[in-house]
Amino acid sequence: MSDVLSVRGLTVTVRDKTLVSDVDLTVGPGERVGLIGESGSGKSLTALSVLGLLPEDVVAAGSVQLTGVDHELIGADERRMSRVRGRHLAMVFQEPMTALNPTMRVGDQIAEAMLIHRTVPGRRAARAAAVELLGRVQLPRETMRAYPHQLSGGQRQRIVLALALANDPALLICDEPTTALDVTVQALVLDLIVKGVVARSSALLFITHDLAVVATVCERVLVMYGGRVVESGPVEEVFTRPRHRYTEGLLAASDLETNERRLTTIPGNVPPAGQFPSGCVFRNRCRHATDVCSTAPSWTGTASTGFACHHPAEVTTHA
Amino acid sequence: MVLRLIERTAVLLASLAVSSVLVFAFMAILPGDPARVALGVNASDEAVAELRRQFGLDRPLTTQYFEWLGGLVRGDFGTSYVSKAAIGPQIFDRFQVTLWLVVAGMVVALVVAAPAGTVMAARHRKVSGLALSAVSQLGVAVPAFLAGILLIMVFAVKLGWLPANGWTPPAQDPAMFLKQLVMPALSLGLVQGAVLTRYVRSAVLEVLREDYLRTARAKGLRPFPALWRHGVRNAAVPVVTVLGLQLATLLIGAVVVERVFVIPGLGSLLLDGVSNRDLLLVQDVVMVLVIAVLLVNFLVDLLYVALDPRLRVGSR
Repeated sequence: MSDVLSVRGLTVTVRDKTLVSDVDLTVGPGERVGLIGESGSGKSLTALSVLGLLPEDVVAAGSVQLTGVDHELIGADERRMSRVRGRHLAMVFQEPMTALNPTMRVGDQIAEAMLIHRTVPGRRAARAAAVELLGRVQLPRETMRAYPHQLSGGQRQRIVLALALANDPALLICDEPTTALDVTVQALVLDLIVKGVVARSSALLFITHDLAVVATVCERVLVMYGGRVVESGPVEEVFTRPRHRYTEGLLAASDLETNERRLTTIPGNVPPAGQFPSGCVFRNRCRHATDVCSTAPSWTGTASTGFACHHPAEVTTHA
Repeated sequence: MVLRLIERTAVLLASLAVSSVLVFAFMAILPGDPARVALGVNASDEAVAELRRQFGLDRPLTTQYFEWLGGLVRGDFGTSYVSKAAIGPQIFDRFQVTLWLVVAGMVVALVVAAPAGTVMAARHRKVSGLALSAVSQLGVAVPAFLAGILLIMVFAVKLGWLPANGWTPPAQDPAMFLKQLVMPALSLGLVQGAVLTRYVRSAVLEVLREDYLRTARAKGLRPFPALWRHGVRNAAVPVVTVLGLQLATLLIGAVVVERVFVIPGLGSLLLDGVSNRDLLLVQDVVMVLVIAVLLVNFLVDLLYVALDPRLRVGSR
């Protein structure tokens, strides 16, 4: 079967700075793919490029294809993109507190998602469907009449999820959907996201910096650093046998595995946008860096499983 | 909601009380004796004293104040020291004229500012947005009376399309009423519209940056429908505030514009009162203007609640 989402050679620039360079990414039907990395690694920009909602002055180049849409998404005009957004492709953003219109009842905001694309016959049907969607995210029917400020962050994020899933999109993109939430409601929202995409056989692209979340939600993972994909593969493979030194550092810095080892940090900080070193973008923070790292490492492995590192970690040492 | 209403009403009453004291006190400390002015410089001291007694000006200021205030509450504005005519009916007649002017001016301002401000915000980095910005900047700098004189020169003197001045009540001749209303309304409204445009622009710019507008776009709304359905109400809150404040400016502008266009409104009544030294008339007109401004701002406060559900405490 062909991929639901296929991103080829995606490059995002703002004026003279390159923020994302040459990203390849595919998501298969019903597949749940994680996109991880520190802030500033280009994860969100990658997602916004797919959606065509980059901020002003930020320009995407390359190719983005989506199943069910017969045109290229990069550079498509507003008229065409507006038919794709919310219908074939939906997104849940990081900040639930500000993602909903404060002056509109949430029921109307959910119903609107269906009315825009005429996926329901009329207003009455849209409201009935909205009640149904609320039920799926475990919110009572009375929530229809509530305004966003009357709901908690977790409740609001469930509303955003409900309206994102309203038209059974082929692909759902979630950008740090639980980062702004209390730990106690994170698990519920994650569970509802997974249930939601599974029930619709939608594919999921899940952006986060939380490795534990990726481990529970996703099947495959891409690691981004400095606007590039530095490693990718099945979650189990990448998390237990990382090859790229950045992935290795990221894992050591998280408490994913119950090691007796103390958590270690990656030395240094993520450089500001456009100031990453030439060659391997990680070399100024990498303990293993040598002269050869000033040339860009080539991709080793297959399109879906591989890494880009001159001095990869030995498979045996972590096996 | 009820709590807010009570609170706002209390604020309104307090402001009315304070402003009435200020208006009264200001007129009281002005030099010059109304009775002396009314009778002329050659009148005898006895005649002046007699008139002072008639007007009640010989009583303590506090008594005079409460007398005046009590009259206002009953709708009795007193009797002019100069013309000896009742002031209430004059103010009532003139107020209707000014109300037409102010409302028409406000309509012009809104019709100009809402689309222009929105386009300026949506195209704030493009040439068309910057051009509109420059025009509105120019508009802000032009005083209403100058705009009025320019309009008269072009449309009345040069082109002869509109009467240069005058006023006809709408009931008497609606067509003439409208013809005569156009230029005063434009000269009042265009300048205010230019000011308001800048507030609309910043309010819309603010809303355009909001996350919920991105959510609306992500749902599949195109930029303009997204702004229309999700932005307008949110952007309206700061704009309504400015609109309320502008009403005061419009009333003051009307005073001048009425003079330019020879319109028998509250403004010309005020100016007549000033030149005739008709102190009580001036005092009453000023107080009516103050009441109008305070009432509008009270209504603006209530309008917030209608616009923004977050202010409806305990609504669920």
